[in-house]
Amino acid sequence: MSGNLSALRSTGMDWSRIDPAEIWTATQDTLSMLGLSLVFTIALGLVIGVLLYLTSSRQLLYLPVVYSFLSLVVNILRSVPFIILMIAVMPLTKEIAGTTIGVAGTIPPLVIGAAPFFGRLVETALREIDRGIIEAAQAMGASKWDIVRRVLLRESRPGLLAAVTVTAITLVSYTAMAGVVGGGGLGDLAIRYGYQRYQTEVMIVAVVVLILLVQLLQMLGDWLVRKISRK
Amino acid sequence: MQHVTKIYKGRGGTVDAVKDVSLKVEPGEIYGIIGHSGAGKSSLIRCMNLLERPSSGKVLFGGRELTSLKERELQAERRRIGMIFQHFNLLTSATVRENIAFPLVLAGQSKRRQAARVDELLELVGLQAHGDKYPAQLSGGQKQRVGIARALAAEPAVLLCDEATSALDPQTTSSILSLLLSINEKLGLTIILITHEMQVIRSICDRVAVMDAGRVVEEGPVLDVFLRPAHGVTKQFADELSELEGGAPLPRRAGSKLVRLHFVGEETYEPVLFEAVKGSAVQCAILQGTVSRMKHTPYGQLLVELSGSPSDIDGAIASLRSSGIDAEVLP
Repeated sequence: MSGNLSALRSTGMDWSRIDPAEIWTATQDTLSMLGLSLVFTIALGLVIGVLLYLTSSRQLLYLPVVYSFLSLVVNILRSVPFIILMIAVMPLTKEIAGTTIGVAGTIPPLVIGAAPFFGRLVETALREIDRGIIEAAQAMGASKWDIVRRVLLRESRPGLLAAVTVTAITLVSYTAMAGVVGGGGLGDLAIRYGYQRYQTEVMIVAVVVLILLVQLLQMLGDWLVRKISRK
Repeated sequence: MQHVTKIYKGRGGTVDAVKDVSLKVEPGEIYGIIGHSGAGKSSLIRCMNLLERPSSGKVLFGGRELTSLKERELQAERRRIGMIFQHFNLLTSATVRENIAFPLVLAGQSKRRQAARVDELLELVGLQAHGDKYPAQLSGGQKQRVGIARALAAEPAVLLCDEATSALDPQTTSSILSLLLSINEKLGLTIILITHEMQVIRSICDRVAVMDAGRVVEEGPVLDVFLRPAHGVTKQFADELSELEGGAPLPRRAGSKLVRLHFVGEETYEPVLFEAVKGSAVQCAILQGTVSRMKHTPYGQLLVELSGSPSDIDGAIASLRSSGIDAEVLP
């Protein structure tokens, strides 16, 4: 019995070292990074995705040069590991956000990292739309802008929502990495305490909160997709 | 349409889908284009509202040359040309009402006018009870009714039907056809349809064009074209209609003659055959026959075997011909 106790102690776990206020602050930082970056990622990614779709072959604005260029940029941004991308865009971040640290300093790199990813998902979701529906809209005298707004974005809503869910979850893991470069949040907490100060308990709690957050996002996303699907 | 040609360029070379087709459709008529799959019908109807731009030739609509219009002008003209499709092509994320209102939204009409027009159209196509449903909750026939209502929403002058009944069962097909016919008669709407089904041409069309390998091989009033087909493809479709079997040898008695009789119009119901053989020594056996209607015109075809002395048979045939029947002696 006493042997078991000493074994437990020897793992070094001391849950009293956890400061709930600090966890709460970190959670709030993570949520604000996620929320802000998601809004900008959706806006920018929608534009990228719609342009990729429209300029691809046999679509409304078939422009092979524009498509190839855009596609290349998207592929490059998606290939660079996020942590390197984040450091590489620091000068730009300073221009846009005025700082490279704190929550504000993480938004530009998060958006630059996630928007191309979301853009590809948007392109894929738009490709799922039956061409006949677009043809019918053309036959009714719809302009290209009418088709984007009233047909493409409307018909692909379930696919777009699923894409937003996947992107939000990707952003959660990106925010954790952003913490390393002074962004704050749960990932930062986990690394500072868990890795650098050997306070494993804090790391475990931070990771558990991240897991809960991802679960919650996925469930919310799935529920919304089910709610708006009409097929 | 004047000298319209459509060529598709693909990796495997070029395909001439439509070759030098000229057609004129009169206001208020139902014009059918029939052909087997791959004959170019679908490309042809898509050239009419420029969903496919013809490689050469002109498309004229009510005096305006569509092929020369700018994009904005073309969009405005397209609102006067309704179109329905084989696979309906309804917005899956919109209700029946929203689908029907779509052309009105494009035209920038007020919500109140939209709602009133949608109510009228729902009544016209008999879907009053289904306005708030989504397309996935409807049957094929109901979806096509929504397609028709949507196509009519902006009060077009012409309705293009791209194989509109090909995905429907025979019963639903007839109900959609009678809806189209009643719209044509009630609203004076010109209808242009393409199909591979003879039943569609027979039941509602005034004039017909037969397409084969990208060309129009025969054209004219439905009765003329199918009762006296000249081209091989037309004959195939006409045979489908008459249900007379070709090929199988028929039993024949020595000294008899096989005669095919065509009746058109009211004479279909007259006892002409009886009159012709009555009082003569000719015997008459009906081997095959059909009596039906093309749109509103009754017509019939009979294959009869006449036996007796050659002069009596010739007399009977002459008597049939004199009562206005087209009698064709088969070898």
